[in-house]
Amino acid sequence: MTGYRLGVLGGLAVLLALLMLAASLVGAYPLSLGDVVAAVGRKLTGATPQGQIDTVLFEVRLPRVFAAVLVGAAIAAAGAAYQTLFRNPLVSPDILGVSTGAGLGAVLGIFLSLPVVGIQLAAFVVGLATVGLVYAIASVVHGREPILVLVLAGVVVGSLAGAAISLMKILADPYDQLPAIVFWLLGSLSAIRKGEVWSAAPLVVLGLVPLVLLRWRINVLSLGDEEAKALGVEAGRLRLFVVAAATLMTASVVAISGVIGWVGLVIPHIARMAVGPSFDRLLPTAMLLGASYLLLVDTIARTMARIEVPIGILTAIIGAPFFLWLLAKGREGWS
Amino acid sequence: MSAPMLAAHGLGFGYGAKAVGRDVDLAVRPGEVLCLLGPNGSGKTTLFKTMLGLLPAQAGEVRLEGVPMVQMSRGEIARRVAYVPQAHAAHFPFRVLDMVVMGRTAHLGLFAAPGEEDRRKALAALAALGIADLAENEYTRISGGQRQLALVARALAQDAPAIVMDEPTASLDFGNQVVVLAEVKRLARRGLAVVLSTHDPDHAFSVGDRVALLDDGRLIAQGLPAEVLTPERLRAVYGVSVIVERLSQGQTVCAPDYGAA
Repeated sequence: MTGYRLGVLGGLAVLLALLMLAASLVGAYPLSLGDVVAAVGRKLTGATPQGQIDTVLFEVRLPRVFAAVLVGAAIAAAGAAYQTLFRNPLVSPDILGVSTGAGLGAVLGIFLSLPVVGIQLAAFVVGLATVGLVYAIASVVHGREPILVLVLAGVVVGSLAGAAISLMKILADPYDQLPAIVFWLLGSLSAIRKGEVWSAAPLVVLGLVPLVLLRWRINVLSLGDEEAKALGVEAGRLRLFVVAAATLMTASVVAISGVIGWVGLVIPHIARMAVGPSFDRLLPTAMLLGASYLLLVDTIARTMARIEVPIGILTAIIGAPFFLWLLAKGREGWS
Repeated sequence: MSAPMLAAHGLGFGYGAKAVGRDVDLAVRPGEVLCLLGPNGSGKTTLFKTMLGLLPAQAGEVRLEGVPMVQMSRGEIARRVAYVPQAHAAHFPFRVLDMVVMGRTAHLGLFAAPGEEDRRKALAALAALGIADLAENEYTRISGGQRQLALVARALAQDAPAIVMDEPTASLDFGNQVVVLAEVKRLARRGLAVVLSTHDPDHAFSVGDRVALLDDGRLIAQGLPAEVLTPERLRAVYGVSVIVERLSQGQTVCAPDYGAA
């Protein structure tokens, strides 16, 4: 690894640390640096918590900061994996139908008035099932371009799931369930609780481990199945495994944050511009970048106006034009 | 005689249920260059893909050092036979060195990434083909000929005793064709078994120890270049008249006979 790439990673890590510190200070109940240091000190030494400061920091502010970091890193990692795997820079959790599928599961959970854990589980199960269905369709349809078939299957199944979501919106109780569904579909970290971060984090790590371990083979797979096989990689099996891992990461964070679009598409692009397409370098860069980006946007979302703007709206407003710019600029991120 | 490095026995090949060719018997031994000639659509690429285990054999079998390929894992196959596909555009702008280092994959553990030793071998392969100065360039921004050379370098880095090359000279200018063919000769002298397809009978004359002529999925002749590539056979396969001449320096060349066409 060259000095430049280490510099990029180090710089991004410092940036993330600074953003996390800043994000834990600002908010409806501003904290000073001294407050935070003292509160963390009390927590570490096991001293008795003191009033509102500790409650705000440990029950509200930090869970949300960690949630943003977790969600941003997970979606960016999954996006980087999908893009490398499917040799298509336009592929992302959104395109493959994972996000919409997980969304459908969560809406179903809200519709059936399940408890929060039930909603998470439903999002996860339906998200995985959606990818399974997309994959099954792609393997049954023998096109000349398997990747294209897969992406198109993702779009089709995704829009089918979207229709199912619309149906449930119509059927839902307009005073109680509908606002919850709409808010969740917009994507937001405002309702995050400490327990939810703790329940999603192990699943994200579980999905991340294979991506890190198989980093080099994922790279080789980006040459296409035939070449990867000729280079000694069990392409079909590896792809299935990595898709499952990336989907696990996506579905487990979508379950707690709702549908936050564009991050999985745009962030890996920027990371590729910075450190090149090699997955062993792309993965950590995309994760740090995704975590910083989502934390920044979420902090803006909760502080810029008196009412909170759902983060999914902000990421779309920032992401869509940025992606168009990437498209027009071309060449840098892919050939 | 030693067991052939790579051999096809009664091989039938094609995509899915569709048969492209059948009854192909081929063998290439260490230190030998086998040239496969055949018109467009005769099934050369499909045959190669089947011999590399990328397509299942429809009949017969492929053996590597006498062992049936179906009993081997991808890694075991890749350590025995390397593949040089026709030059293509990559989807991501990998550096040329990264691309060549990928040839080392079959020698790495499942969870490993290439180390210094692998990078050194990749650089040596690039140097052997005279393109060491391209190492840091983006693969997507070099010329088609340079890409083809980089893919040959990747196969060298793979360190397999057999190499299958699908029209390695197709997109190259005259000078680079000679560079690649000279490298093919040197590989054979180092004891590698090389199979390559080409559209140019001259290439078969200049580097081929043996030539196989494929037409409509069947081998119609196999043997020494001078025995196989006769004007009569070339006319039968390609439908054009040619003159085959032995030059005073010893090379044999083949030229179209426009007067007779």
